[in-house]
Amino acid sequence: MEPALLYLATMLTLAGIYACLALGLNLQWGLTGLMNFGPLGFLAVGAYTAAILTAPASAQHMGGFGWPWYAAWPLAALAGALLALPIGAIALRLRADYLAIATIGIAEIIRLAVRNEDWLTGGPLGISGIPRPFEALGSPLGEFAFLGLVAACVAGLYMMAEATARSPFGRVLRAIREDEEAAKAVGKNPGAFRLAAFMLGAACMGLAGAMMAGFFKFMGPDALDPVVATFLVWVMLIAGGSGNNRGAILGAIAIWGIWAASDFLAAQLPPELATRAAYVRLFLIGLALQLILLYRPQGLLGERPGR
Amino acid sequence: MSAPAIELRGVVKRFGGFTALDGVSFAVPEGSITGLIGPNGAGKSTAFSVIAGFFPPEEGRVLLRGQDITGLAPWALHARGLARTFQIPRLFQRLTVLENLMVAARDQAGEALPAPWFARGRIAREEAALRARAMAVLERLNLARHADAPATALSGGQKKLVELGRALMSGARVILLDEPAAGVNRTLLRDIAATVARLNREEGITFLVIEHDLELVAELCDPVHCLAEGRLIASGGMDAVRADPVVAEAYLGMAIEPE
Repeated sequence: MEPALLYLATMLTLAGIYACLALGLNLQWGLTGLMNFGPLGFLAVGAYTAAILTAPASAQHMGGFGWPWYAAWPLAALAGALLALPIGAIALRLRADYLAIATIGIAEIIRLAVRNEDWLTGGPLGISGIPRPFEALGSPLGEFAFLGLVAACVAGLYMMAEATARSPFGRVLRAIREDEEAAKAVGKNPGAFRLAAFMLGAACMGLAGAMMAGFFKFMGPDALDPVVATFLVWVMLIAGGSGNNRGAILGAIAIWGIWAASDFLAAQLPPELATRAAYVRLFLIGLALQLILLYRPQGLLGERPGR
Repeated sequence: MSAPAIELRGVVKRFGGFTALDGVSFAVPEGSITGLIGPNGAGKSTAFSVIAGFFPPEEGRVLLRGQDITGLAPWALHARGLARTFQIPRLFQRLTVLENLMVAARDQAGEALPAPWFARGRIAREEAALRARAMAVLERLNLARHADAPATALSGGQKKLVELGRALMSGARVILLDEPAAGVNRTLLRDIAATVARLNREEGITFLVIEHDLELVAELCDPVHCLAEGRLIASGGMDAVRADPVVAEAYLGMAIEPE
């Protein structure tokens, strides 16, 4: 009974971390129409910020600051937002597609930087021994308490995202998404609003990174896979329903469930098939995305007409 | 004598090798409904975009009530009480009709973070007042029953009215209307004309109107400026402009009936 519960808690914790990523992407894409193809970059900056601030001192990387998680996590969110500032300030003034290209580029640059700047990140060895909040409670209570913390973060970000979407600020973001020229004609400065939305979404992703580093107790370049950190988040948001915060959370849980279940099933196969199954899994997620876009483009929950 | 609401002085606007406005000067008197006519491609909509700050001119100045506004951004001009509409309505499709109007109001406290998270009571009060004001504008435009419909559900003519409604929500004192009558049925056309005339008479809003329906221009506008190929070719009362042989020449075969 207990191992099953612990497994469930692990799965829900990861789904919750993905929900934070999907809520951040929903602020950017769902609400404002910003194509961010680099959630990985913001996740990485948040994860390493939290890791460096909380991990014990090591000759392998910068660290030994000994910050508690509750001080480091807000800084990880801030780091995500600060990374978004220069990218947004340059790319958001150009046509929409340029942001997509710029974010892919920045995510790759960060991946390479993390692998090569050993003094800061430990390079390929990564940063280990990151303390996980509540681990002092022991197992399994510590894991459940951590799940509770992640759930509280999801709830907090959900309330923030809802308050944002329903406010006059969110109305301007939707107006800019629909027609930039008309938004200018009604007195809004699209660049400034887009930048605010982009930074806010990036802060959510930075926080998700901090949670991920705490959960795995380790952060290294191999954990930063564009398939898992960027592609999967897009599939979650599209499946759940772009523009709908509940859809973002629902999509994160559903797609993560399918992803984890397929991983479990693949592991039951004989070893020579199991390695190939990893690619089939990716293919199936891509296929699912195509089917959703063809038959239910609004996702499980569509965007609710605003009020 | 007060400064004109809008004044163009020698405005030149080029797009690559094409000169859309070639040294255009004209004035829109304060409190007037001024007409801007001319054949297709004369530069009328370009003039609107230059005045409203959408494209800066290469040469010349634009003045709003005597103040130089050349090169200011559209949102800066909106804040100074200048609003425009578009020839082909550009509504916010997935917003409701009511939201299309509410978003156009100036100085909303809830538009800047972090107010939406912490000052929720204040924003709720501001929103209630804004909703009432937007409903009043919709009533006046005969659109109140469509308030909660998505903007896509409206007819072409109703979309034109929403464009006008957004300009009214801004509290603008000077409104640029781009072809308010195009694609609008006769009944609705009468409504739009009457609304513009009433707003001008009762609230003293100045209008600059681009229009191809010359009967409507004759009825509503004084003075009238005529552009052709990026130049101003005639100005004055509609009768005088219509009688001008240069104008008839510019319209080349487009029927300009005498009285």
